[in-house]
Amino acid sequence: MIVSIEKCMHCGACVGSCPQNAIYLNEIVLEFNENCNKCGRCVRLCPAGALKMEGKE
Amino acid sequence: MKTDYDVIVVGGGPAGSMTAKHAAKKGARVLMIEKRQEIGASLRCAEGVNKKGLAKAGVPVDKRWVSADIAGAKLVSPGGKVFRIDESQAGAEVGLVLERHLFDKAMAADAARAGAEIWLKTAAVDVIKEGDKVVGVKARREGEPITLTAGCVVAADGFESQVARWAGIDTSLKTGDITTCYQYRMANLKTEPDYCEFIIGSVAPGGYIWVFPKGDDTANVGIGVLASKLKKPGDVKMYLDKWIKKDPRLSCGQPVEAIAGGVSVSPPVEQSVMNGLILVGDSARIIDPITGGGIANGLLAGKFAGEVLGDCVQANDYSEAALMPYDKKWRDAMENRLWRNWMAKEKFLTLSDKTLDGVIDTLSTANVDKMSVHNILIAIKEKHPELVKEFEELI
Repeated sequence: MIVSIEKCMHCGACVGSCPQNAIYLNEIVLEFNENCNKCGRCVRLCPAGALKMEGKE
Repeated sequence: MKTDYDVIVVGGGPAGSMTAKHAAKKGARVLMIEKRQEIGASLRCAEGVNKKGLAKAGVPVDKRWVSADIAGAKLVSPGGKVFRIDESQAGAEVGLVLERHLFDKAMAADAARAGAEIWLKTAAVDVIKEGDKVVGVKARREGEPITLTAGCVVAADGFESQVARWAGIDTSLKTGDITTCYQYRMANLKTEPDYCEFIIGSVAPGGYIWVFPKGDDTANVGIGVLASKLKKPGDVKMYLDKWIKKDPRLSCGQPVEAIAGGVSVSPPVEQSVMNGLILVGDSARIIDPITGGGIANGLLAGKFAGEVLGDCVQANDYSEAALMPYDKKWRDAMENRLWRNWMAKEKFLTLSDKTLDGVIDTLSTANVDKMSVHNILIAIKEKHPELVKEFEELI
């Protein structure tokens, strides 16, 4: 997963919505762990449009 | 073995602070950890709360953390029909728009006065379990790993709700039960300074646009859209910007702050306690599924949790059975209402803009003098019984 640090608003909407609990937000840095199965839910719902799936435009 | 603390609260929001305060008041050794460097910031909230909710939780109003006193609400339909509820004339308990930066700090200060310890820049990264029991948390304090043991851990980590899931309670949500939000605080507006406004329909699919006054010509202007209705990244902000551009009372304003966030609009969790763990506030999914409001419910749940934890400390028993009185207390206080409003949300999702215009139009002839979801549902039941027949027994 690619996170745009310029766009991310550190709101945690992706963290609480992730069905795998695979995202962690420590103040400003978003981390994805190995449980991420690339379902893309966070990409769609990020209010800031800050997430992008690797290999996709 | 003596634990580091009796109670460790993860998260310094209103629910966490209330838990910490009430547990400490009853003699518990309490630590509250907050991952950010400032309690109450950054904001992720529209800041509306009703006075009755504060009173129920035993929080007296302090004008230092109030931005605006509200006279009533305006519900606006897609076609511009307006249903106005003026509470001041009914002498009813009215709403407030808070200054959460200050409110959250005031709640945490009360916890500190009751004897709770507070650590900032301390982020929980996991829970520690022994068998089926939570016995502490792993955290990073200013980047340094630290392990802390406790009789009971309190999951007060908000919408993220990770502590519960690390411990094994499934708080994950369906996309139809998640609202994603975007909000500007705007200045130089021409909206009414003492009315909260809710704009519904396809301008905010599955949610609504709000204008909550923040004093003078400022307001929180935000939007919530149901995650299942989103098509592409950034849709939420697009819907809000589009509306602001269209509404001349808003388009004359400028933003001074932008925030985002996620809100659960689901039924409450099935399990709010386990051995050594208790869930409070947004992490327990006790946000009102119709309004998205969670402050009052979080405060009340925190109060209940702290009181029950105080008893657990006296008995030195943090088992699921010992924590169950908390589960019962919050369910008695709010579970029926949460289910009713969730069912109402599910129904309203299916209504077209045209139907919503009709509903708002007939509602404006109904006699609703108090601003509450319940009173609005009563009026709908009277005027449009077909819309609420699946859950009429809860109204």
